[in-house]
Amino acid sequence: MVNKAKVARQFIEAIPHARALGMKLTEISDGTAVITMPYDKKLIGDPKTGVIHGGAVSAVMDTCCGAAVMSHPSAPGGTATMDLRIDYMRAAHPGQAITTTATCYHITRNVAFVRATAVDEDTDNPVATATGSFTVETKF
Amino acid sequence: MSRQRPEPMQVVKQRRDAALNALVEGVPYIRFLGIEFDRRGDELTGLLNFNDTQIGNPFLPAIHGGVTAAFLEVTSIITLSWSFLWPDIESGAIDVEQMARGDLPNLPKTIDFTVDYLRSGLPRDAYARATVSRAGRRYASVRVEAWQDNRSKLFAQAVGHFRMPQPTPKPETPGD
Repeated sequence: MVNKAKVARQFIEAIPHARALGMKLTEISDGTAVITMPYDKKLIGDPKTGVIHGGAVSAVMDTCCGAAVMSHPSAPGGTATMDLRIDYMRAAHPGQAITTTATCYHITRNVAFVRATAVDEDTDNPVATATGSFTVETKF
Repeated sequence: MSRQRPEPMQVVKQRRDAALNALVEGVPYIRFLGIEFDRRGDELTGLLNFNDTQIGNPFLPAIHGGVTAAFLEVTSIITLSWSFLWPDIESGAIDVEQMARGDLPNLPKTIDFTVDYLRSGLPRDAYARATVSRAGRRYASVRVEAWQDNRSKLFAQAVGHFRMPQPTPKPETPGD
């Protein structure tokens, strides 16, 4: 049997945009994934404060949710985002990495439902949360 | 009674383009993604210049959902900022030269953003246009659509809510 986590890891690490943002997949198993993105000046959305742009947070959230889907025991292959909602709770601290944790909490033959949270070093206060629905593909 | 003589076209264009450039060029993330804006009067169109680092699925290949979301969010924020800054840019209340030196006005902050992915983003340029559905003093609601080859075939659309920048800090009042 192919190791789902291994396949998902290889898939995520081969994504050009994930590389461009320096994303590192730190945990992946049975429908849960953790991805960290280091702080980088090129990601700044507010030059006055140095806070990173919400779009960069969206990119990690989306990648992490996709990884969570692919690592689910019932997922046969790849996935694509159908809908993703992000709520921004607070600005991320400049200079700190963003860590996202996504869980695929329900999957059918066609659709996967995912929740995710993003934090910086202050892990008790989320920077953002996300909910999304993803397609379930038979291939990659 | 005679109306005021209109400003020369170059003066008008120069002022508007300088303000828009300052707004867009001042944000590192917008440059990183390769987003530009095309202006026709007060109407803006976001342009996402395709490059290989935007790929999210190398097998198809397709643009990363995060890039699409970011492009829609950037277009929303710039369009919203542009719409509320416009009167001050036109009246001269905002010093465009000061803006160009990096002293940008405060921008709206995203509260939430919901992206509807309609079809996969092809590895080529994309365009987006945002509409401010409601602009209040404190909150704004924005709709945005993105397409590639055909204006009528959207590949993604989104809605978002934004907290508007507040003009001057005033003492907090209970129940505010």
